[in-house]
Amino acid sequence: MSETLELNTAMEVPKIALKGVKKAFGPKVVLDGVDLEIKRGESVVIIGGSGTGKSVLLKSILGILTPDSGTIQIDGEDTTHIGGRDRERALAKFGMLFQGAALFDSLPVWENVAFGLIQGHGVGRKEARERAIATLGAVGLTPDVANLSPSELSGGMQKRVGLARAICTNPEIIFFDEPTTGLDPIMADVINDLIVKCVKDLGATALSITHDMASARKIADRIAMLYKGKLIWVGPVSQIDNSGNPYVDQFIHGRAEGPIQMQIKAF
Amino acid sequence: MQFLRAIGRATLTFLEATGRLALFTLTALSHCVRPPFYFRHIGRQMVEIGYYSLPVVGLTAVFTGMVLALQSYSGFSRFSAESAIATVVVLSITRELGPVLAGLMVAGRIGAAMAAELGTMRVTEQVDALTTLSTNPFKYLVVPRLLAGTTMLPLLVLVADIIGVFGGYLVSVYRLGFNPSSYINNTWHYLEFMDVVSGLVKAGAFGFVISLMGCYHGYNSRGGAQGVGAATTNAVVSSSILILVLNYLLTGIFFS
Repeated sequence: MSETLELNTAMEVPKIALKGVKKAFGPKVVLDGVDLEIKRGESVVIIGGSGTGKSVLLKSILGILTPDSGTIQIDGEDTTHIGGRDRERALAKFGMLFQGAALFDSLPVWENVAFGLIQGHGVGRKEARERAIATLGAVGLTPDVANLSPSELSGGMQKRVGLARAICTNPEIIFFDEPTTGLDPIMADVINDLIVKCVKDLGATALSITHDMASARKIADRIAMLYKGKLIWVGPVSQIDNSGNPYVDQFIHGRAEGPIQMQIKAF
Repeated sequence: MQFLRAIGRATLTFLEATGRLALFTLTALSHCVRPPFYFRHIGRQMVEIGYYSLPVVGLTAVFTGMVLALQSYSGFSRFSAESAIATVVVLSITRELGPVLAGLMVAGRIGAAMAAELGTMRVTEQVDALTTLSTNPFKYLVVPRLLAGTTMLPLLVLVADIIGVFGGYLVSVYRLGFNPSSYINNTWHYLEFMDVVSGLVKAGAFGFVISLMGCYHGYNSRGGAQGVGAATTNAVVSSSILILVLNYLLTGIFFS
């Protein structure tokens, strides 16, 4: 493990590398040749309007969807078409916070958080419970929520539990799917702070998708903008206001007028 | 041209659906024999399908047995064949009505619940969340339901057989004035091992189909509440129809 680490650092193999990733559903082209490299420990945020393929991109990297063409490499290993045990091994590096938290409503909160430990890593239930409660503490939740059912929690608390579940297995890569959607501005900022802290503590590589610019500015090292299936702008967060790209300008200022025309029709 | 196009489109849709279902079935079956196994979930599903379906299946069986006794009495008494009632009841229940009625009741109860649960998990991204937590959704969600359905339905039908025969006995003895011991004697005398076994094999097949349809429609549901509703309806309708078709095919294999 340490050998590969040194090797990777020496050669600067990107943690995640996408080359020419294309995906279409029937006649609708969602990803049209996406190229992106994410370095170890970097936090990249992909911005873009609704329905521009942000979620499809994340799901393609996770292997839930298979791209029509192009390659996806994780730690230099081509994972585009792997399946079965290889896929599970690759997925063990990941943690993900879903947009709606996607907590398992049949399980209590602590089992949700400990799920990856118990099912994926074979940790005993007693130890997993202790680690889950410790992780809940790290996202600011007290141990007494551990036995509640997810449906008894507020939206902000569900997001925290979702975050705890994503980081409980100490993943190398964490995905955040619209982490602040549906939260009030203060709770959104609390979640942003937690994300920054957790990613820093774990030393993890983070890839987030959002259309919340406040969130993007806070958690990103680099921002990439997805429009019509292509990354039309990639750059450090400090340059987002001087991108010189009219599409980016329109998006970050939230103007109705500009080069981006809202798609009214589905196709 | 329009007409031909409609036929072609319907055929293609049908073939596509059949292919998808076949792939789903094969994937599920291949995961049935490969570890890891989630025994806790298999147990939970067995209790859910077997134990909690007992009241519904039992009630169905007892009334079916009672009606059979009444009906065959009114028919058979026309040519003085009342002694055949016990045999008619036990053969109808074990060979046909036990498995089919239990299957249809369980399809409504369990098939719908499976489709709704998996469908909701799908549309709230819980299925994707399983994948990201290194857990195969087929192994975790589909396999326990398939195994529990296939093993528990025969047990349910065995209980239903006994309750159904008992229902016939109650009506015959207390309402129609039959001699209890000769009724029980007649029940046993003409009953063959194969009658019961064929019913149980049918039940196993029905249990598999109910779970498969519930999981397939739930797992592939799309588009929020409406999609889950459609998945539930499709699961119940398709498993009910498949039960009736399979029943005919299996009867043909067993008794021709």
